[in-house]
Amino acid sequence: MSWWSALWDPFRFGFFVNGLLVATFAGALCGLTGVYITLRGMSYLGHGLSHSVFGGFAAASLIGVDYYLGAGLWGVASALMINRVARSRGIGSDAAIGVVTTASFALGVALLTLFGSRGPSFDAALFGSIVGVRPVDVVIVAAVLGCTLVVVCARYRALLFTTFDPEVARASGVAVGRVDVLLMCVLSLAVLATLTVIGVTLVAAALVVPAVIARMVARTFAFLLVVAALVGAGTGFVGMNLSYHVDVPSGTTIVLVGAAVFAVVYAATTGAKRWQ
Amino acid sequence: MPTTPSRPLLRLSGVDLDYGGVPAVRSVDLTVTGDTFAGVVGPSGSGKTTLLRLLLGTLRPTRGIVHRAAGLTVGYVPQLETINWDFPVTVRECVLVARRQTRLRPWPTRAERTEVGEVLERLGIGAVADRRIRDLSGGQQQRMFLARALLRRPSLLLLDEPTSGLDLATRHEILHMLGELNRQGVSIVLTTHDLNGIATHLPHIVCLRQRVVAEGAPEVVIRPDVLERTFGARLDVLEHYGLRVVVDRGAGLEVAG
Repeated sequence: MSWWSALWDPFRFGFFVNGLLVATFAGALCGLTGVYITLRGMSYLGHGLSHSVFGGFAAASLIGVDYYLGAGLWGVASALMINRVARSRGIGSDAAIGVVTTASFALGVALLTLFGSRGPSFDAALFGSIVGVRPVDVVIVAAVLGCTLVVVCARYRALLFTTFDPEVARASGVAVGRVDVLLMCVLSLAVLATLTVIGVTLVAAALVVPAVIARMVARTFAFLLVVAALVGAGTGFVGMNLSYHVDVPSGTTIVLVGAAVFAVVYAATTGAKRWQ
Repeated sequence: MPTTPSRPLLRLSGVDLDYGGVPAVRSVDLTVTGDTFAGVVGPSGSGKTTLLRLLLGTLRPTRGIVHRAAGLTVGYVPQLETINWDFPVTVRECVLVARRQTRLRPWPTRAERTEVGEVLERLGIGAVADRRIRDLSGGQQQRMFLARALLRRPSLLLLDEPTSGLDLATRHEILHMLGELNRQGVSIVLTTHDLNGIATHLPHIVCLRQRVVAEGAPEVVIRPDVLERTFGARLDVLEHYGLRVVVDRGAGLEVAG
């Protein structure tokens, strides 16, 4: 088989095409939301939330509610709690993330130990699985991406203002609390939609790496968002293809591709600065 | 603050503010009118920033009343030290966020672009509109935040330490520019540690040490006894070509340009 036909080989399978679409959409989604998270000094929020939704996963399994619904509501509640604790007291985002998400994760583990799981496989939830992607997952991730694009466009200035300078934004009449809640909801949905392919353990990287790469090359905030979304989509697409060919879990290859791009861009931009 | 015939914009009556039971400001009575150009001075921890936030409305008093004129628009310029200068945003983007977005598309309308361009030109930073904020000089950074505040067409401008960290020439440039804005009808209240700068440029000074120790024109307030009650240290005051110059005995002569 030539290398060209080997590249096209996986496209014969419906599950691969579904997985590829979800990985690409989810990458763009994480890249976009990751920009706000990293700039707010909450890079570990994605990591924390991905563990936190484990509690919702367990609770949904226990009471027989849809996995997406249970874990999604749980994730949104955790994100809002983190945001409230971090903003209202001088506790700091990192500590708030640590307390809320680990407690939620521990609760999930306790529930599953006591009552067992009637939901999807935990290995798939931890590391992501290309086989686990259903056509409905493609629709869900595409819908979440669409909603996120609308929110980012319609609330572009408010999101930028509250991320850059929340105190002055509040004084200028921006409803900072409401904008924060909106962002937390979008982030929770992004984490949830991404879990299927990337898995709990590696969602944080999908949120942080594209945003960090984009920061090294983008000169304006608008361009930063575009670059982060494109890098996220690109690493999702390439990582998913690599996953098929090297037979390694998709979450792992997606993150490794992102890390490789980061290393190249870091070296190139550092070299360019020295040259100047 | 000055009791001029001009209309009152803000009035603080018997205002106290505590942080977790610890008093930050006590029994403050102040009036800001339409032509106020005042500087609040005091030692670190004297409540200057708290007072500014009370005027801004982001803090509510523990006791007392804040009267605000109907429809009052306030512009706020934060301390440069509080800003994340590595934030990836250009001058134009930073200023534009002050204009409320009224449509789904995120990019500015032609009218908004023109308006931002005009404000930047007016403050002399039109040429750096597309630079990242971290590439600006201290004076340009201060002007950028002034531009952002002015885009809201405020009747009152509040500035937290606008001269902090700037060289002497830039400090005077900024205070001169604020004087121009005040003459154009913008009421201004700022906090500062730069006693000689405000003694030269501002017509009204408020000395704060949790309470208002004294307020009035520089020749009334810039006196050794008032400064000692405000700062808890002996400061000498000299007359220099009709201007008052504060001399810190420990640090030598501070020259007001």
